[in-house]
Amino acid sequence: MAPFTVHDGLVVPLDRSNVDTDLIIPKQFLKSIKRTGFGPNLFDELRYSDAYDELNPDGARISNPDFSLNKPEYAGASILLSRENFGCGSSREHAVWALCQFGIQCVIAPSFADIFKNNAFKSGLLPVELPEALVDNLFAHVSTGKPLNLSVDLNNEEVRLPSGEAVQFSVDPFRRQCLLKGLDDIGITLERVDAIAAFEDKHRGVQPWLFNEVVV
Amino acid sequence: MGLTLYDKLWDAHLVDQRDDGSALIYIDRHLIHEVTSPQAFEGLRLAGRQPRRLHANVAVPDHNVSTDPNERALAGYSGVADATSRLQLETLNDNCNDFNIPLIDLADQRQGIVHVMGPEQGATLPGMTIVCGDSHTSTHGAFGALAHGIGTSEVEHVLATQCLLTQKMSNFRVLLEGDVQLGVSAKDLALAVIGEIGTAGATGCAVEFAGSAVTALSMEGRMTLCNMAIEAGARAGMIAVDETTLEYVKDRPMAPRGAQWALAEAYWQTLHSDDDAVFDRELRLDASKIEPQVTWGTSPEMVSSINGRVPSQQSLPDETSKKSLARALEYMGLEEGMALTDIEVDMVFIGSCTNARIEDMRVAASIVQGRCKAANVERVLVVPGSGLVKAQAEAEGLDKIFEAAGMEWRAPGCSMCLAMNADKLAPGKRCASTSNRNFEGRQGSGGRTHLVSPAMAATAAVAGRFVHPSTLEI
Ligand code: SF4
Repeated sequence: MAPFTVHDGLVVPLDRSNVDTDLIIPKQFLKSIKRTGFGPNLFDELRYSDAYDELNPDGARISNPDFSLNKPEYAGASILLSRENFGCGSSREHAVWALCQFGIQCVIAPSFADIFKNNAFKSGLLPVELPEALVDNLFAHVSTGKPLNLSVDLNNEEVRLPSGEAVQFSVDPFRRQCLLKGLDDIGITLERVDAIAAFEDKHRGVQPWLFNEVVV
Repeated sequence: MGLTLYDKLWDAHLVDQRDDGSALIYIDRHLIHEVTSPQAFEGLRLAGRQPRRLHANVAVPDHNVSTDPNERALAGYSGVADATSRLQLETLNDNCNDFNIPLIDLADQRQGIVHVMGPEQGATLPGMTIVCGDSHTSTHGAFGALAHGIGTSEVEHVLATQCLLTQKMSNFRVLLEGDVQLGVSAKDLALAVIGEIGTAGATGCAVEFAGSAVTALSMEGRMTLCNMAIEAGARAGMIAVDETTLEYVKDRPMAPRGAQWALAEAYWQTLHSDDDAVFDRELRLDASKIEPQVTWGTSPEMVSSINGRVPSQQSLPDETSKKSLARALEYMGLEEGMALTDIEVDMVFIGSCTNARIEDMRVAASIVQGRCKAANVERVLVVPGSGLVKAQAEAEGLDKIFEAAGMEWRAPGCSMCLAMNADKLAPGKRCASTSNRNFEGRQGSGGRTHLVSPAMAATAAVAGRFVHPSTLEI
C-alpha cells in the first residue's frame, strides 16, 4: 500500500446521504475474481444513462451528463464530498477499490458506515469525518461553481481550505500510522505470532471443541 | 461492575490490546463464499502465505449460484450457464482445494446461503467469534456469538493470522418487551427497530437484543433479528444463550458431543449480560404495539406499519430529508400520503439469509395454502435458504402448496436478494421481498423493493397488494 501523507486535490460533490455500496459498485461487477478493473463502473447506475450489458461488457456506454463525476469542471477530481452514513450496506471492498481505481483518494462526509471505513484504510483511501455544518459549507462552496481545491494532511489531521483556514479531523491512531507509513496489516500482525500461539493454547484449554476437525 | 455479553465475548478473544485503542482478537470461525474471497486467496499466494488454521474455515458457494432447478440438476459447475459466475464458483473450488479449506460444494445437499448453512451444520456455536466477508454475518450473533462482516483484505488477514485487527465497539441494548400481536414476526421487530433508530442508529455499536419478545423467539426468528442489525448500522447483533439456543445446537453435525458437550454447555450458560452490566445506550420498545411493517422507500429506515401511509414532505423537518424523500418516492413510483395497503406488487420474493429458513417457509405456505397467486402478480419466487431447508419443506409438502398456487419453488442460494444471478427484478417492477435491503437497484437495475416478513410477502402474493396477514379473507 502506498503511504498517504498530504493530498492536494479537487473536490467533486455527491449530494446525497446514505450512499450505499450497491450504488458505489453494483453487484453485476462483483463477479470478477480480480482486484482491479472496477474504476469504469464506479457509480455505474448514476454515471451512465444506458444500462450495463453483461453480454457486451466492453461495449461503449452513454455517459450521463448530469452526474457530477461526469462534469468537465470536476475532471481529475480526487476528493469526494458526500453526506452522512457514506458506504452503508454490504461489506464489499470492491466499493473502495472502485473509488480508488477511479482516482478518488479521500472521501469527506459527516459519517461513514463501519465496514466501509475499515475497508477504506486497507486500500489507502482516507475517510475524513467533518462536522455536518462544515460539510454544508463545503457543499455551498462547490455549488457556487468555483472549483474547490483542498489539501488533506493526514500527518497533522487537518483539511486546509483555499482561504488558508485549517479544520481538524481525527483518525484512529493505529490506522493513521499504517496509512502514513503504507504498512501491510498482515505483516504487522504476524510480528505478534508468538502472542497468537500463546493465546491459541490457552483458548484450546478453555474451549477445546473449537479446535475440532471440520469434517465435510 | 457487571459485564455485558459483548464484553464477555470480547474478553475471551482478546489476544493483544494496544495503547492506541486497536486490538487483535482471535477468530474461531471463518465462513467463506465465492464473491469476497478470490482476491484474498490471491493475496495469500502473492505473499507466499498459508492459512493459519484450516479447520477454522468453512466455505460454501451461494451468492452467484443459479436457483433454476433445471440448471442446478446438472450437477457440478459445468451446469452454470453464466460464464463469469462459473469462473467465480470454480475459483472458490480451486482455492479451497489448493489450500485444503473445508468446502461444501454446489452439488452437496448441505449447500445453501452461508448464514443458513453455518447454524444448520453447527459451524456456528455459542461463544464463538465468527467472521465472513459478508455484512449479514451479524446473523450468527443469535447464538450468543460475536459475529460480524469483514472486507476482503480482512478475509485475507483472518486466513493468514486467525486474528482480526479491530476496535472495541460500544454496548447498545435493544429491549423488546411484551407479547407480539398475531401476524407479527421477528422481521417486523427488526424493521420497527430500524425505523426507530435509522440505518446509522447503531453505527459503532454491538447491539444486544433482549426482552421477553426476544426470548420468546425461536432460533430462526432470532437469526432474522440479528441478521438485520447491520441495517441499523451495527456490525454485530447478539442474543444471550438460553435453552432455545442449546436445544437448537445439540446434535448438529459440527457441534461438540459427549463429554465435550457437557463442558461446552456449562460454558455457554454463562453467555449473557450480567444483571448489573452497564450499556452505553439503550432503546426500549413495546413489542405488543408493533404491527406488520412494510418499507416504502430505498433505505430500510423508510418503513411504516401496514396501516400507515407514505410520508409527505410537510411532515419533515429539513431540506436534506425532504430531498431524500422526493428522490425515494420518484424511484419507487409512489405518491406522498398514499396508504400502504393501496400499493400493488408485480413480484414476490420469499428467500434470503433473513427469511429462508424452514419456519419462514412454513409461515408462507400456511398463508398460501388453498389460495392462488393474484392475477396482477407476475411471478412469485420461493427460494429455500439451503438444500436441507428445501428437503425438509418438500418432506412437509410445502413445495406442492406453493406450486399449486402458481408460485416457483427454486433451488437454494441468495437469488433475488442481490440479483447477481439470473433472478432479477425488471426496471420499474415492484416486489414484496423478504430480504434485507431495498437500496436502488438492489434486486435489479430500476427494480422497486418493499421489505416485508414472510407472512406479509405471502399475503401480498395472494392479495396482489400489501394487506395485514390476519385480515386476509378466507
Ligand atoms: S441472501 Fe442476500 S444478504 Fe444474505 S448473504 Fe446472500 S446476498 Fe447477502
